[in-house]
Amino acid sequence: MSQVQVIKPGFYTSIQDLGRLQSACYGVPQSGAMDRLSAQKANLLLNNAEDAAVLEITMTGPELLFEAACQIAICGAHFEVVLNDSPLERSKAYTVASGSRLRFGGLKEGFRAYLAVSGGFLTEQVLKSRSQYAGITQKARLEKGDVLPYSASETRKSSTARVNFQDSGLFHSKIEVFKGPEFELLEEPLQQALFSKDFSIAPTSNRMATGFNELLPNTLKGIVTAPVIPGTVQLTPNGNLIALMRDCQVTGGYPRVLQLSEKGISALAQKRPGEEVGFELEGE
Amino acid sequence: MKHQKPKISRLGEQAILLEWDFEIVPENLYWLLSVKKILREKVLKSKVELINTYNSLLINYGLSINVIYDDFLLLKQYDFASIKTEALETSTYKLPVCYDAEFGLDLDELAVATKLKIPELIALHTKPIYTVYFIGFLPGFLYLGGMDKRLRISRKKEPRKSVAKGAVGIAENQTGIYPNSSPAGWQIIGNCPVELFNPKFEIPCPFQTGDCIQFYAVDLAAHQRIKTEVEAGSYTLEKANL
Repeated sequence: MSQVQVIKPGFYTSIQDLGRLQSACYGVPQSGAMDRLSAQKANLLLNNAEDAAVLEITMTGPELLFEAACQIAICGAHFEVVLNDSPLERSKAYTVASGSRLRFGGLKEGFRAYLAVSGGFLTEQVLKSRSQYAGITQKARLEKGDVLPYSASETRKSSTARVNFQDSGLFHSKIEVFKGPEFELLEEPLQQALFSKDFSIAPTSNRMATGFNELLPNTLKGIVTAPVIPGTVQLTPNGNLIALMRDCQVTGGYPRVLQLSEKGISALAQKRPGEEVGFELEGE
Repeated sequence: MKHQKPKISRLGEQAILLEWDFEIVPENLYWLLSVKKILREKVLKSKVELINTYNSLLINYGLSINVIYDDFLLLKQYDFASIKTEALETSTYKLPVCYDAEFGLDLDELAVATKLKIPELIALHTKPIYTVYFIGFLPGFLYLGGMDKRLRISRKKEPRKSVAKGAVGIAENQTGIYPNSSPAGWQIIGNCPVELFNPKFEIPCPFQTGDCIQFYAVDLAAHQRIKTEVEAGSYTLEKANL
């Protein structure tokens, strides 16, 4: 088994795959890549299985040492990335020689990048997923000195793969949504405000939820505890809008006014605190 | 009991939500669980994740959403009223709780609020057979129904930054056990040494929706003994003979 050494972990870097899709009955969050589209794209570039584990890199990237040759691809947010001394492009497969150092520099666009390695990272699997989550996996995210195993035998010689994806939508300010189960209970001006106002990302946002700074004049009370999934947008009695993200709980007690589309979740995962977005009703 | 058709809606691209407007009582839970079983075994064609809460069923298709539209139309036509409550394989477990002052941080406050003495509070908390409606909030956190109304108390004004694994709490008309150390807004009355969640096991929570639970009081020494057994992996859950 080969491994990557974590020299510096970056602001918040974690191992993620597509998450735990059969454990909600035990109250276990799904987890998985926040921007699933970019994680899948990175895996596709390397001919990996779609559920291969990747690194999710948030705001500032890690410094990594590859102890054996492999292929990598980086998708999602646009960071300045240097492999030894050469700059790397995003959305392209590269061969990495044994002993190479990968460094992440400035963030130019987006918020979260995905680093895939040929064959995927082979870190611990808990409840059928390698996605890191506090209390489920041993660690919630990468720490300095961690070693991440991967299979060097998966390395393919050719590195000409290029995948054509229309992913620019991930960096637009429009977020695709559907109406949520309690949408119709909102008074009409509030329904309209959800689509006409701009909302800026709150600094407290994390993998559990993206908050917004603007308050809405809400008159709805809580609901009987009911199912929620990643992408469910709740409205609290204080008028706070909260978009639940991949690490969210499986049930909630606030009215579910909107539901982000899959693309909407990925697009929201690429927004930085302070950035403004608007919700756009899908199919209308 | 006559059950109406549920409100059926899509929750995004990956899930279908069925909601009923009925009272939160065990009879309705067992009917809901029967619906869940029939949908899983006879109606839905693909492998989906089905979870229930008090009055909802969520069908989550995950990544395999190619049949979701067909299923949606099928469910719209489905005759839910024809579903009868089935006998389900559920169990009743007895769980030890230590109500010693060492763990029962808010017992005094509860006694003042309810105008009851602490032994009376313990008697009221250990008497009912609670029903597990579903698991949510935290991994392994059981939503229990059936608490005596006399124990009702509002949440703490200032949530605690952390309570111990196994802390037993009360908030409004609910009681529950914190499966792991966690920030907590509930009033803490005791501690249960039995493990409610362990991600190392294939089935990480020994309880399921529809199971029943009864608490019994243990002293500090028994609590420590059971805790040691749980940590050594030699503790077996106690089933009640009803």
